[in-house]
Amino acid sequence: MDIVTATLTWLTDPANWQGPNGIPSRLAEHVALSGASLVAAALIALPLGLFIGHTGRFSWLIASSANAWRALPSFAVIGLLVPFTTLVDPREGFTLYPTLLAMIVLAGPPLLVNSYQGVASVDRDLVEAARGMGMTGPQILRRLEIPIALPVIGTGVRLAAVQVIATATLGSVFGFGGLGRYIVIGEDTQNTGQEFGGVVLVATLALVTFGAFTLIERRLVSPGLSGTVK
Amino acid sequence: MSLASVGNSTTASAERRAVSLEFRDVSKQYGRDGAAAVERLSFTVPAGAVCALVGPSGCGKTTSLKMVNRLIEPTGGEILLDGEDIMRRDVTELRRGIGYVIQQVGLFPHLTVAENVAVVPSLEGWPRDRQAARTAELLALVGLDPAAYARRFPSQLSGGERQRVGVARALAADPPLMLMDEPFAAVDPIARERLQDEFLRLQRELAKTILFVTHDIDEAVKMGDLIAVMNQGRLVQFGAPDAILARPASDFVAALVGADRGLKRLSLRTVGDLAPEAIGRQTLDGLPRFAPGTKLRDALSALLAADTRGGVALDGQGGARGLVTVDAIASALNDAPPDHAR
Amino acid sequence: MSTGEPFVRWDWIGDHLGAIADRVGQSLQLAAIAVVLGFVISFALATIAIRRRRLYAPIVVAATVAYTIPSFALFAALVSITGLTTVTAEVPLVLYTLVLLVPNIVAGFDSVPPEVLDAANGMGFSRAQRWRRVELPLAVPLIVAGVRLATVSTIGLVTVSAIIGNSFGGLGYYILDGYHRGFSTEILVGGSLSIVLAVAADVAFVALQRVLTPWARARAAVR
Repeated sequence: MDIVTATLTWLTDPANWQGPNGIPSRLAEHVALSGASLVAAALIALPLGLFIGHTGRFSWLIASSANAWRALPSFAVIGLLVPFTTLVDPREGFTLYPTLLAMIVLAGPPLLVNSYQGVASVDRDLVEAARGMGMTGPQILRRLEIPIALPVIGTGVRLAAVQVIATATLGSVFGFGGLGRYIVIGEDTQNTGQEFGGVVLVATLALVTFGAFTLIERRLVSPGLSGTVK
Repeated sequence: MSLASVGNSTTASAERRAVSLEFRDVSKQYGRDGAAAVERLSFTVPAGAVCALVGPSGCGKTTSLKMVNRLIEPTGGEILLDGEDIMRRDVTELRRGIGYVIQQVGLFPHLTVAENVAVVPSLEGWPRDRQAARTAELLALVGLDPAAYARRFPSQLSGGERQRVGVARALAADPPLMLMDEPFAAVDPIARERLQDEFLRLQRELAKTILFVTHDIDEAVKMGDLIAVMNQGRLVQFGAPDAILARPASDFVAALVGADRGLKRLSLRTVGDLAPEAIGRQTLDGLPRFAPGTKLRDALSALLAADTRGGVALDGQGGARGLVTVDAIASALNDAPPDHAR
Repeated sequence: MSTGEPFVRWDWIGDHLGAIADRVGQSLQLAAIAVVLGFVISFALATIAIRRRRLYAPIVVAATVAYTIPSFALFAALVSITGLTTVTAEVPLVLYTLVLLVPNIVAGFDSVPPEVLDAANGMGFSRAQRWRRVELPLAVPLIVAGVRLATVSTIGLVTVSAIIGNSFGGLGYYILDGYHRGFSTEILVGGSLSIVLAVAADVAFVALQRVLTPWARARAAVR
């Protein structure tokens, strides 16, 4: 049976859509854990980036964060965490924690760097005009800098989201659940349909996430900024 | 100064008391041994007057302007707004009560024109319908049709349109004082002249106290009731435009106002200001005719071009009032000695 | 990880120095091939995109789509098609460099100020001379920045290719093998060396950037 047929058969087999090993539950697992990591990372990285961009202090954090992120392969990060997380919990520390931690850590830099860049690149003349009009610091951040920075921040969020999904997928090699398990198990058991079914599902999830965030960003950003209004 | 008491109509706001602005020995020094950007600046702008701060780059005019709304904090002296020291007031409240217009305008790109104009009112918590009414009123005041412009974004406007919105935005909360930093410098000369004329019309209606910075002496002469000439942080001369043009206080001021300052003074007077000569029995055919509002400078130019001794000064209804001659125009300059006083 | 066993078995490291060095070499080799190939393809695509602006968006979108697909999925999929060969490892690696290199190369050439081009034309440069002597040198900073990004990220991605088989993955082999055997030393060796390698590449590129753009250096010195 060639790959395409095998994959289609597997994907359309109703048995694969039920139970804890079924597509819906694996998908939910993948999405839920990805979402939670993204939120966790955002809770720290976004306010921090906005603060550094608005005040200009601690800007060294940004450059070092950006460099660190580039140089940290997710495969190595997950792997390196395993010896340490298993000390905390031998069972979950072997499967869940390393990947989950890696997801949060790797989502941080895009969120941090982009929220910083978005705010820092707001024209200084605008900020001065706002100050001269009697806006306080927080008002300037809320009413001026953040709305103008939204496109760049949005790109960062999208980047982080895709990163998180990819890291979760990779984590299946290290025992993590989610859609990546299909690829791992399919490869182990020579079940081509399952393996490629997993590939298709993962790729689709990633692309849908990318598209969804792009659409959300388009709705949130003021039309006066995008230059589409001319 | 409670902004909550601002009325909705321009006549109501014109009735509000404008305020005086006084600089008393104001200085700005950076660092302990640094050169002073502004040194012991002292002058007063009476309520309802327009004062132009003029001088070469680096003379401290913009620094002085920014000390009024405390974007730059003075290191010496006092600035009194309506008799009250601005350092005693809460900075945010002070700034909300001062209209601030800058050269690059600084319209917020993510807000519509209407939202931009309503920034300070919305910060002050005005109800929505009051914001909308005020915005429409102001846009009309600066010559932009509210129906057409309210929902546009700054990226869709020309430079002149943006500058008008900037002025509307500064006027939104009806501040008694306006600060303008080279407001028309970034616009092409034709649009600039239109904006200047419109601004003068606005000021006749609103009678605000205005301090504006310019590097263009002609703009200062045209728009200012008073001119403060600065050089290297110090006030070099202060007075009405005609006085400065007639009697520059130093070589520097003379060079600044230009060698044609005599002609510039002629731009400040009109044919209607002159007492015309009697017509007598000469024919008026073919002579240039001047409406009362014609500037003396333009009249002189027309007479020289037409190569006649005189022209006809008209009254308001188009009838002849008398003769205007080149000599009469020249002697209009003679209420001041030609040499500058040192 | 089995209890009672120390975290790092230095003796193991000592015994396997040769093998580790081999793996480092493999990481570098796989990465180098990918970056070079990726650069050639990206340069061609960028040139097309500059000549026909309308093609730029589709090219970037295609590259982004390729990048969005998780590397793990791509490697696994290719194994079944192209088998346990270097091609399987290289195809995803090359694809992932495109989204980083094409925009940077295009931006590099776009960054040349139009007045400089005007001046060059006015002085009588031929099209080829202008490209070689003016545009290319000025585009270099952004292009090198892109290559830097692509290299560092590729060195990281090489580790994922370990899932293809034991003879691949460079240092990633140690990470995977260590995980399966519960052997923390191996993981630590593979993981930390991967990071060190990536950082070293980053630093090397920063130095390269300085060498290639002496005018930026001079400007910094004047300040």
